[in-house]
Amino acid sequence: MKLEKRATPYKVFSIIILVILAFLFLFPLYWIVTGAFKTTADIYAPDPQFFPKEFTLNNFERLFAKRTAPAWEFAIPFSAQFSASHQPIYFSVGPTIPAAFRWLTNTVLMAVVAMILTCITASMAGYALAKKRFRGRALLFSLIVCAMALPKQVILIPLIKEVSAMHMWDSLWAVILPTVGWPFGVFLMKQFSESIPGEILEAARIDGASEAKTFTTIVVPMVKPGIGALAIFTFINSWNDYFLQLIMLGKSSNYTISLGIATLQSETSIDHGILMAGAALASIPIIIVFLIFQKYFTQGITMGAVKG
Amino acid sequence: MSKELVRRENTSAYLFLLPSLIFFVGFVVIPMVICIGYSFTDANMNSKTNPTTFVAFQNFIQLWQDKTFLGALKNTFLIVLVSVPTVCLFSLWVGSAIYKLKGPVLSTFRCIFYLPVVTGSVAVTVVWKWMYDNYTGILNYVLSRTGIIENNINWLGDERFALWCIILILFTTSVGQPIVLYVSALGNVDHSLVEAAQVDGATNSQVFWKIKWPQMMPTTLYILVITTINSFQCFALIQLLTSGGSGTNTVMYYIYYTAFKMTEQVGHFGYANAMGVILAIFIGILSAIQFRLAKEK
Repeated sequence: MKLEKRATPYKVFSIIILVILAFLFLFPLYWIVTGAFKTTADIYAPDPQFFPKEFTLNNFERLFAKRTAPAWEFAIPFSAQFSASHQPIYFSVGPTIPAAFRWLTNTVLMAVVAMILTCITASMAGYALAKKRFRGRALLFSLIVCAMALPKQVILIPLIKEVSAMHMWDSLWAVILPTVGWPFGVFLMKQFSESIPGEILEAARIDGASEAKTFTTIVVPMVKPGIGALAIFTFINSWNDYFLQLIMLGKSSNYTISLGIATLQSETSIDHGILMAGAALASIPIIIVFLIFQKYFTQGITMGAVKG
Repeated sequence: MSKELVRRENTSAYLFLLPSLIFFVGFVVIPMVICIGYSFTDANMNSKTNPTTFVAFQNFIQLWQDKTFLGALKNTFLIVLVSVPTVCLFSLWVGSAIYKLKGPVLSTFRCIFYLPVVTGSVAVTVVWKWMYDNYTGILNYVLSRTGIIENNINWLGDERFALWCIILILFTTSVGQPIVLYVSALGNVDHSLVEAAQVDGATNSQVFWKIKWPQMMPTTLYILVITTINSFQCFALIQLLTSGGSGTNTVMYYIYYTAFKMTEQVGHFGYANAMGVILAIFIGILSAIQFRLAKEK
């Protein structure tokens, strides 16, 4: 082992390259954050300001003023039946707020609901797949693996038809439900549930614990790290699943933050200040979540892959 | 086990699976079946005025004569052929360079390389669009200041560069997960074998290729498959940066375009689904080849 510890020229060289690469990978993020606070003059200066001297909130103010949305809306019951466009008629309640706040609230709501539903359904199914012998188990498992290998986007067009037939298009449910259906969570929880010793489950059965009780008091505490990993994984992925949001959401007050920023980009392709402010709003919260739960996240990625 | 017990075990298993199966079947399996079904019809958005009819393989035949589709297919394959090997080699190199570093340093590096994934495709795209900008972009500034280029280049508007610019962004957003996987795989390599080889006088590169590499084969395979799928699905970058212009059209974007954007025949779902089926077939074939190659080694 002593041999490896020596700082060979190759090792020094590779560390230097790594540090340079790390700075290059961080640069876009740095550029978003500084860009969000730069003055318009700095943004369009012929010499880019690497270290801005002046900070301004002007970009955020303009972003908030550009689009507004009502704080809350109600759809009039059954209004879709008689409205000309067959869409429900909405009336707004409460004050008008910057649309970006609505978008952020929508995104958080969507990601949290998707996360909770995925964790519940996937931990149950993963446990059954790992620990129970039932007819059709092998078939179901290979179906899940095949589905994971298929590109998710391919099925999006039929999904739109299905979701519109269920009158859910242009609502957050249209984004949440397909996210929950994606079988990666089941696969991950199966991997984690494999490690539960069969004897403990057997002992619980002999003691007369019901299936539900065994699951909540024995299985769930044992796969907690897995649930944590899956929760953070689902949260980040659904936050960033731009394509799904793009095709499932129609009107501006239903947008998520990613979709909102993307729309602003196509409208104001030249106003980098507003866009950087928006990009900062879309990315900083999720990066903070990632940094806090990083450990679980890494574990989730690794467990999802081994024995694949 | 008695019959009664088997039956009870079956029922309880199905009950545990039920909530998940409702979502899986409802939002993955059924759409998949519908997708294949639609690809043989001329289904479109205004199915009320324009009834859907069965057209057998007409969509597929038409696709092979569609120049735009063939161009998109070529670009898609170029993206996959370039990004898959570079992502794998790069993450293998980074993984092996950082996995022996101390805990906090290691997780800092791992985090930094993962950040572009977490940042989200829209935020990443928006900032890169600015960096590539013809007039205020930092790339042109740096390159012209250092004398590498003479005149500013319109990176995203020029057919020679646009696709490569997109591949570069795709690269930065793809290496995060492989690096995490390689770091953990390298950490799990059987150390007794490594030490035994070193005692026998094997060089570092011999240890790497003869002992560590074979043990990491399952990880490499997984990385190959996910990177391939990821590259095939490259969509947000294209939609937001070039809208398929300057020679950057890909199959995924063309599907979207046909279904939602095409002006003269908007909502041509049948045609778009046929493309989706072809894409899925290509991904299936590539995954199978990668599996086969990995098995042989």
